[in-house]
Amino acid sequence: MAKAKRKNRRSMLYIPGNNPAMLQNGGVYGADCVLLDLEDAVALNQKDAARILVRNMLQNVDYYNCEVSVRVNHISTPFGLADLEEIVPLQPDAIRFPKTESIQELAELIRIIEEIEDKHNLPHDKMKIHAMIETAVGVQNVYQIAAYSKRVDAITIGGQDLTADMGIEKTKDNAGIDYARKQIIMAAKANGIDAIDTVFADVDDEEGLREETLYAKKIGFSGKAVINPRQIDIVNDAFMPTDEEIRKASKIYRGWVKAKAEGLGVFAIDGKMIDAPVFARAERVLEIANVDLNTL
Amino acid sequence: MSKTKYINKIGIEIPAYIEGIGALQPYSGSFTKLKKGIMEEPSIPPPNKSILPHKSKLKKSIKRAIQACNPHDGMTISFHHHLRGGDAVLMQVMEVIAAMGIKDITLASSSLTSAHDGIVPMIMDETITGIFSSGVRGELGLTISHGHLKKPAVIHSHGGRVRGVHTGRINIDIAVIAASASDEEGNATGSHGPSAFGSLGYACIDARYAKNVIVVTDNLVEYPCIPPSIPQNFVDFVVKVDSIGDPKKIATGTTRITKSPLDLRIAKLASEVITKSNYFKDGISFQVGAGGASLAVAKFIRTAMKEKQIKGSFLLGGITSYGVDMLNEGLFRAIFDVQSFDAAVSSSILNNPNHVEIPAGYYANPYNSGCVINKLDVVVLGALEIDTNFNVNVITGSEGDIRGASGGHSDTAAGAHMTVVVCPSFRGRIPIIKKKINNVVTPGETIDVVVTERGICINPLRKDLLQQFAQSNLQIRTIEDLEEEVRGICGETKPVEYEDRIVAVVEYRDGTIIDVIKQIKE
Repeated sequence: MAKAKRKNRRSMLYIPGNNPAMLQNGGVYGADCVLLDLEDAVALNQKDAARILVRNMLQNVDYYNCEVSVRVNHISTPFGLADLEEIVPLQPDAIRFPKTESIQELAELIRIIEEIEDKHNLPHDKMKIHAMIETAVGVQNVYQIAAYSKRVDAITIGGQDLTADMGIEKTKDNAGIDYARKQIIMAAKANGIDAIDTVFADVDDEEGLREETLYAKKIGFSGKAVINPRQIDIVNDAFMPTDEEIRKASKIYRGWVKAKAEGLGVFAIDGKMIDAPVFARAERVLEIANVDLNTL
Repeated sequence: MSKTKYINKIGIEIPAYIEGIGALQPYSGSFTKLKKGIMEEPSIPPPNKSILPHKSKLKKSIKRAIQACNPHDGMTISFHHHLRGGDAVLMQVMEVIAAMGIKDITLASSSLTSAHDGIVPMIMDETITGIFSSGVRGELGLTISHGHLKKPAVIHSHGGRVRGVHTGRINIDIAVIAASASDEEGNATGSHGPSAFGSLGYACIDARYAKNVIVVTDNLVEYPCIPPSIPQNFVDFVVKVDSIGDPKKIATGTTRITKSPLDLRIAKLASEVITKSNYFKDGISFQVGAGGASLAVAKFIRTAMKEKQIKGSFLLGGITSYGVDMLNEGLFRAIFDVQSFDAAVSSSILNNPNHVEIPAGYYANPYNSGCVINKLDVVVLGALEIDTNFNVNVITGSEGDIRGASGGHSDTAAGAHMTVVVCPSFRGRIPIIKKKINNVVTPGETIDVVVTERGICINPLRKDLLQQFAQSNLQIRTIEDLEEEVRGICGETKPVEYEDRIVAVVEYRDGTIIDVIKQIKE
């Protein structure tokens, strides 16, 4: 059986849940994922309206090939439960859960979700959970959070809330959250799931966004949240393998196929040893770049 | 008995004759008439005037100048629209004429903008009874749409207007030419002066054919005024006024590329169509609009040309500072400029010999030995509505009201190797891609690609393009499929209700009638 293709999650577009025009067009901008937001983008007196609007949009709008997630309010707020009751039955690809701090919280969230799913005869393994780490406590517990359930298939970092929690300013170089970013990446990697980077707030600074995204890619993030559709192409491009990376990966892939046919486990290209992990990385590069392996 | 009406090539009923305009010919295909190689309609001769040496052409006021031009009921007066939304000359002149009590005037302006809403009362009291223009907007558009203009307006293209003057359909008694600098003999330009606006391309034909030509300027300079975009040998009178308009609205500072994510997305997709086409190579010639998604295409093309080290031939049309930047970067060898959109363009036209000011006939008149649009590779245009036969409406809005401009749309679409229309598939809840549109300005057979945020449609007539793009990763779909999706999102729209009365005719560039615009039901 062919291996299931892993979804690219280079760009995740935040869309305020109370903005009909943006919700309607969310799927056309080329983002890998759309993130319909009921939490911080929505004012307290708009929470009900946004919930109803997002519910209706999920039922009527075609988001084409995008992965669709909904950020609900935390279950400790007056809105979290109502959000889940409306959204879970519609089974978007994922629920994004803000300010995740502990596995106890996660257990409670999953209990509520599964209760709703049972009520609607829905399976427990389809809709995923993206846990947002936005507090110092969350950063300390991130490995357990990432490992807790198969439903958690991405960990994301919320830079604004985290710096606020740490009592520091969010600077453009992100010095204050560098440790947290890497801790989150390590927890995600240890569990074989994706780590998604925080947003870049200055929508007019295209160069700054490109630099920050290239850094995020270098330290191990799979993607980045964006707050404006104009940021999507830059983020997607930055996460795309370079031509040189693709050339190298193609060479490794071809070499590997040949070596396998000859019964070799390890071989060399240009004097460098190629083994299983190097091959796996090459395969992933080709997958992200959407290269048809049969053409190699 | 002779025919009273025709059905034209795109299936629209056209009357054979309209009182106040004359006999009409139905649209018969974009090149059917041109294939004959010569215009069948007779041309009128331009006047040959005389003036004695050293006689002054200066007049103290607009009124004096008009009085010297034998003003009379039933006359035709022409203007140009290079001052765009900032124009104050048309209104100054028309107010003088209205005060003189002259009636039944035909107004022939190369276009009309929101700066001209002031003529509405002159339509109501029949000072103005006929209009020729490439565009009508605002209150004026509504006034015509509701049937208040006595004779139907004629909407022509920029190229078609020149032909209309040659044939005498537009028979100009007085041409008023606003200039940002002129000398006492009428050597006039828009390329310098405090109110500089760049090219004077649309006014050239008026200068050549009008029985009387008045140059109006706020900047009388020492003789000779160089460069003479309008040369003195066509000019009868010169008037110095305090202001020809609001410089801020005449020429905006520097054109900025849109920040609308939707327009940028559409522009990005359009640029991919262009860069993946066989036309994207050294020597490419190119035209884009002055705003929105159309101008934004230039941003992506500029980057792609630099990356692939492609050197283009010429940029054409309405020119923005963005085009000037591309010329200065060496991405194109020349600009042909019939209309300039911002302040930076005027100084380029004045100082860069490769930035060439061209008359409208050179730009787009189908009846000469070859206008520049015939050499266009790619043009990017907008649309108010498109039907599933690729016919485009750029003149009437979703409620049937006249609110747009034909401009160079149908000219460039006919000329270019590849005509790309960029537009959202719907605006608000109003579909843009529809089965049936309110009016047609540009025939579908000249539209090759429609790019929306929800996919790219190639005109099935262009099998070569379909083949070229078959192996690409462009998201190509049929226009019927897109129309169905849009209808699913917006629902069925209720057709606009019209009276039987025709309030405007839409003339194709060859002089045939492609559509008629009817009065909106109250």
